[in-house]
Amino acid sequence: MIRLFTKWALDPALVLAVILLSLFGIAMIYSAGVVYVPNPVTQHAWIRQSIWFGLALAAFTGLARVPLSWIEWVAVPSYVFSLLLLAVTLVIGTGAGTAAGVKSWIRLGPIGFQPSEIAKIATILVLARLLAQRTNAPTSLKDILAPSAIVAAPLGLVMLQPDLGTAMAFVGILFAMLFWAGTPAAILLLVASPAAALVLSFNTMIWSVYILGVLAFLYLYRHRLFLFESVAVVLANLAAGTIARPLWNSLKAYQQNRILVFLNPEVDPRGAGYQIIQSKVAIGSGGLLGKGFTLGTQKRFNFLPEQHTDFIFSVVGEELGFVGTLLVILAFTYVLWRLVKRAQDSPDPFAGLVLLGIFGAWLVHIFVNIGMTVGLMPITGIPLPFISYGGTFLLMSWVAVAIAVRVAYER
Amino acid sequence: MKLFHPHLRRTRAVAVQLVLFAVMGLLASAFFRLQVLRSTVWTLKAESNRLRQLSVPAPRGTIYDREGRILADNVPGYAITLLPGPLDSIRATLERMKAYVDLPEDRIDQVVGSVRRYGREVVVDGDADFDVVSALEERKADFPNIYIDMRPRRRYILGPAAAHVLGYVGEITSDELNSDAFPDSVYEQGMVVGKAGIEKEYERILQGRQGLRTVEVDARGRIVGDFAGSTADPGTPGKDLHLNLDLELQRWIAHIFPDTLAGAVVALDPADGGVLALYSAPAFDPNAFVGGIDPGLWAQLTTDSMTPMFDRAVLGLYPPGSTFKLATAAIGMDLGVVAPQDTMPERCTGSWFYRGRVWHCWDRNGHGKQTLTQAIGNSCDIYFYQLGLRIGLDRFLQKANDIGFSRKCGIDLPQENAGRFPSDRSWWEKPFGYIAQEGEVPLLAIGQGPNSQTPLKIAQFYMALARDGSAPAPSIAQGRPPGEEWQLNLSPQNLAGLREGLRRVTEPGGTAHFGTALQYWDVIGKTGTAQTGLSAQGIGEDHAWFAGMAGPPGKPPEIVVVALVEHGAHGSSAAAPIVAKAADFYLRRKYGLPIDTIQTYLDYLNAGRGIPPWYRARFRGGG
Repeated sequence: MIRLFTKWALDPALVLAVILLSLFGIAMIYSAGVVYVPNPVTQHAWIRQSIWFGLALAAFTGLARVPLSWIEWVAVPSYVFSLLLLAVTLVIGTGAGTAAGVKSWIRLGPIGFQPSEIAKIATILVLARLLAQRTNAPTSLKDILAPSAIVAAPLGLVMLQPDLGTAMAFVGILFAMLFWAGTPAAILLLVASPAAALVLSFNTMIWSVYILGVLAFLYLYRHRLFLFESVAVVLANLAAGTIARPLWNSLKAYQQNRILVFLNPEVDPRGAGYQIIQSKVAIGSGGLLGKGFTLGTQKRFNFLPEQHTDFIFSVVGEELGFVGTLLVILAFTYVLWRLVKRAQDSPDPFAGLVLLGIFGAWLVHIFVNIGMTVGLMPITGIPLPFISYGGTFLLMSWVAVAIAVRVAYER
Repeated sequence: MKLFHPHLRRTRAVAVQLVLFAVMGLLASAFFRLQVLRSTVWTLKAESNRLRQLSVPAPRGTIYDREGRILADNVPGYAITLLPGPLDSIRATLERMKAYVDLPEDRIDQVVGSVRRYGREVVVDGDADFDVVSALEERKADFPNIYIDMRPRRRYILGPAAAHVLGYVGEITSDELNSDAFPDSVYEQGMVVGKAGIEKEYERILQGRQGLRTVEVDARGRIVGDFAGSTADPGTPGKDLHLNLDLELQRWIAHIFPDTLAGAVVALDPADGGVLALYSAPAFDPNAFVGGIDPGLWAQLTTDSMTPMFDRAVLGLYPPGSTFKLATAAIGMDLGVVAPQDTMPERCTGSWFYRGRVWHCWDRNGHGKQTLTQAIGNSCDIYFYQLGLRIGLDRFLQKANDIGFSRKCGIDLPQENAGRFPSDRSWWEKPFGYIAQEGEVPLLAIGQGPNSQTPLKIAQFYMALARDGSAPAPSIAQGRPPGEEWQLNLSPQNLAGLREGLRRVTEPGGTAHFGTALQYWDVIGKTGTAQTGLSAQGIGEDHAWFAGMAGPPGKPPEIVVVALVEHGAHGSSAAAPIVAKAADFYLRRKYGLPIDTIQTYLDYLNAGRGIPPWYRARFRGGG
């Protein structure tokens, strides 16, 4: 029995953890539908999720048996195809959930899917092929130009939807894979520095100190960089600091609100701050042990926004308490840790890079989604892998699992 | 393979795992803080999140008339209340509601703003029609955050007939909430309070204490049920109020008052100063104010040139004209300068020479030599010019002010205008730029000059003549502590002489005889004409007064009635019949006699029924 499972799963520990998370997700989706004024759609969501879980297992079974060379071969065509899909999405896309106003979904009859899910896996595969061919580590800004461009294409299209959460997942993929390919952390920090400059520019004092810090860093690091690279970093930081205010002013009022509310939800408790406050009330009132499975009052009274999709973790927090949230966080930590471990054990550059790409994407998904339920992150419509309701998302997560176990198994 | 050497992979894996543990550790610590360290705070918030306290309006006290008939009570009405929730969902609900309820865009903004500011429920429509309510109930899924309940709705039985005296109710304004008259211990946003008339004057009596109901609601504001953890507080109903008003008389007066004219009628009970009727025309329907008045109707009421919202009975200031001659006579008697049988030095020839100019009587033919009693009957100007001079300006002003012609009567209404009357000689300086000389007194003596009084004040003065010369403050509510009282200091002979003068006005041959001759009752009184400019409608006629009193023949008067008809021309034709018909109605009901709409001699003629059969017996063939 155990041998059979091992043979099927290739990586029994990882797959078992992910199966448990998926089943736990179905249970929480069921609970999310138990409310005082039931809605037929959310009430039966757990049944549809179960069916999709079955499909996902079937897809896993098949994909885990596909030779790695085929996967390598399909990388470029699927990347091009996903870019086309993302472009089409901008025209005919629709919104869903907390991000009802964006264009990120394509609907085909009864089912809808997000092309960005396909784009994430395709980008990981293409990037892995590119970086695996290198003989030396990408240690200069020039070296990381090509990998950045590969990620920038889908990322830009996703930003246009606009879907900030998924865009952040692409950044996670890029950074994780570059690091695995040997890019020094210092270079990655320098690449990320303009983003920090953008945020910090709202206080001139802090921003000035920050720029001085960047300059000091560049001076200490001067032997590893070309002069023009240092100049580029400084210019990018200055530019980011300069455009911050015009950029802010160009945002629509509701977009500004989302950011202001992230900083302080109480500025608009019944408007833009409503979701985050309700989520914190549900989680906080769950306490140490929670109110019991299906018994969450805030959930039952429908106070939680999107409680079976983006805010499913608030239901976990309310009903299972800190014990439950901690266990789920530990389970995710184990899954991610396992990916890194498999990458470490795998001598093949391509396999390790693919595993780190998946790691980067999931880490961002998990941190942004769980973080937003407690106000650590601004609210972006990004689901929690294996737990949030969403058939195609579950399916694509399992495709990623299949690829992960396959690449780790074969080399 | 140098790039992915096992040592390098191990170093990188350790670094990545450190990042992973840091990120997950951050998440775990955030949940630890929220769920373990600060759990109690959020648990409390969760409780208040799903519990809503809804106020349960207490029924307002019922207003009864002097015989216990209902003037204003409560009937079950429907209120549509919006519960607080996410603002966009509230706005969406209101937009959908527009199909059923009249909701202008600014009203929607107002409701949303109120939810944002107070975070409490808002009454969208305090008086919804049943079919609107049933339409909304049928589509409850579309209107998640509304709450429809039955709540007492004010009903005014007489409608426009008692609009000014009873007033009306409306939702409390933020200005009222901030004022001391509405203490926070009793009043809160959304409550219905008296806005005018008796409803406002006795607000603290009529208003009860509102109750509280705790319900559990879901996030969209839908009420899931009553909260089991607390018992509902039904509140305390307001106290009832008994008035001196006579419902039937009030209705009758509104009925007989000319439809197209403006004016006021005041009826007082001389026994105790109780207000039997207080009517102002044109009127409005106070029932239209219940649950919020329609903005169109409000605009119409407030811009109407006939000013239907204005209570002419207690706020309207009119020159008293000849009705004031009785005040001159009473002042003269009080000072001892005239007695009922006294004549004046100069007989009335229709004109009189004084201070280098000719003064006319209203009757250019003259009245000849007259006693005071006769002069009252004739309303002779020339007699009263001389009486005024005999009293003297200073004493005249002094005594008139003592009677209160520059003060309020002290009726129990939120608003009353004081009469306009000079306080002393220097009073003239401000409006006219000079100190008054003795020459002002003849005009004042006949009720002209700078002198304007409310119909209520004239009624109070005539009530003193119907009593023993004293006049309490008119009271609408029963059992009100007696207010300031003044005294005319008239001997019974003098009082009888004045009433005799009034009798001459209504006896056969008097100017107001035909309009006031009744089968069962003696009516006595005084006509008056107040000169005025053109009305808003371009009518140039003067205002018509009649101040009268009536009772069974040979007995003291049992009712005092004053009627003022704006631009009614002559007191005898426009105002006197109203007084006689009102008094007849009241006294017939009091003595259990059948009511007949054909009441006065004039009514009989107008109805084509000829001379009334009782007339010759009553007036011995006079007329």
